[in-house]
Amino acid sequence: MSKLSRRKLISTGLVAAAGASGVAVAAKLAERYGLIPPDAGGLYGAGETLTYAAQRLLTRRSLAREFARSQISKDPFANEVAPLGEGFQRLQEGAFADWRLAVDGMVARPASFSLAELKSFPCRTQITSVQCEEGWSYIAEWSGVPLSHILELVGALPQVRYVVYRSFQPDWWESIDMADALHPQTLVTHSMNGGELPVAFGGPLRLRVPRQLGYKNVKYITRLTLTDSLKRFGKGLGSASPESGYAWYAGI
Amino acid sequence: MHNGRAIGTISLMTEILRPRHSGLVRVTHWLITISFLALLLSGVEILISHPRFYWGETGNVRTAPLFTLPIPASRSMVPTGYGYVLPDQNGWSRYLHFQSAWLAVWTGLLYLGFGFFKGHFRRNLLPALSDLSPRGLATAIGGHRLFKRPSEEDAWSYNVVQRLTYLLVIFVLFPLVIWTGLAMSPAVASAIPAAVTVLGGQQSARTIHFFVSGFLVLFLLVHVLMVCLAGFRNRVGAMITGRPTERMERT
Repeated sequence: MSKLSRRKLISTGLVAAAGASGVAVAAKLAERYGLIPPDAGGLYGAGETLTYAAQRLLTRRSLAREFARSQISKDPFANEVAPLGEGFQRLQEGAFADWRLAVDGMVARPASFSLAELKSFPCRTQITSVQCEEGWSYIAEWSGVPLSHILELVGALPQVRYVVYRSFQPDWWESIDMADALHPQTLVTHSMNGGELPVAFGGPLRLRVPRQLGYKNVKYITRLTLTDSLKRFGKGLGSASPESGYAWYAGI
Repeated sequence: MHNGRAIGTISLMTEILRPRHSGLVRVTHWLITISFLALLLSGVEILISHPRFYWGETGNVRTAPLFTLPIPASRSMVPTGYGYVLPDQNGWSRYLHFQSAWLAVWTGLLYLGFGFFKGHFRRNLLPALSDLSPRGLATAIGGHRLFKRPSEEDAWSYNVVQRLTYLLVIFVLFPLVIWTGLAMSPAVASAIPAAVTVLGGQQSARTIHFFVSGFLVLFLLVHVLMVCLAGFRNRVGAMITGRPTERMERT
């Protein structure tokens, strides 16, 4: 204890104060540049914020790996889904001619698109992998409308920061930030391996976000809502995933 | 063999001048311990949701596995041969795994910086060239005294086998487990595709991650066993306070 001099106490105090204010400034800057995920509160907030911030600083524009046609999985595995119900079955019987994708929230021109309309829009085709958080994966060819094209059509307002997307399955909803929403590989997907997107794989419409895990790639999407804040949605944690204990950001 | 009293006096003097383990080594040792145990627990929880391993880019229940662990799974769609499904713990396990990984990475960087700039690696871990000869290695292994307590003087320096093991853990196994972990991230793979392709694909990265983790667990077990054989209280005490707790016990 004798070694603990006054000078040492003061210098330690100064270093601690500098460290604390450094963290405070970093937090302010991170907030301002959108580097804090909506599920940053709680026990694991520090780790989530570090992952999300690091990847937004280092990988904002990087493209998900695209594969050769020969690498497409011969027998892809579709994860099990809860029964979709009679309403879905009726739409399926009508070849999804009545399926609509509504776009609302902070947009100049709210809209609702039919499957045929979406298929007439500019289309991008890419061979990417779906990675499940459990550890398995498959590669397929996906075709769809870049989400950025739809955001342009409806006139997304400049203050939009997130796109919330909902599924025909009511308790399955997600959201992504603008880095992913405007990313060229984020597709409102309607085709797989050259044919219609099978129901087991999310048909008629699935949002493919290939830089994030499977659970962000929601099947049967029906509605997009553009917003500047996720606080008003659900429990305010960003999506259904954190509400059931999973991270909102799944780029890992 | 030695003049025990003279050596004892020298080591006692060294002990007063500098602790056995420097403060930074002690703090980073326990931070890595905490993060490694958390990574291990959460890693096992994540693993049991799909205890099958593959080689290449992709793999799922419809592709032939490289091997399957003979354990039950926490997901019903994985064929295991067990009639029951374990509870799903992936949510908190994944949160904990990545938070602990960050703790391990920051602690590791701090330790590396210290190790290089303060001469810790050069002084304490780099083996002498003469010890690396077959004869030197044979002596160290032969004299490793698995079931014999090392003398008090031995506790002040690492032998060549210890040095090589620590260097392997610090410079090969930890970097490899971090690399293969990052290679499983779709976002990291998008930024640095070569980090995945060099390993043979994302599923290969997962499989290598599993084996490297296994080697780290093996190291942990042997390390703890050796600490027990050498005198648990003394060695753990030295890693907490910097000085052996029962210094005079055996002199």
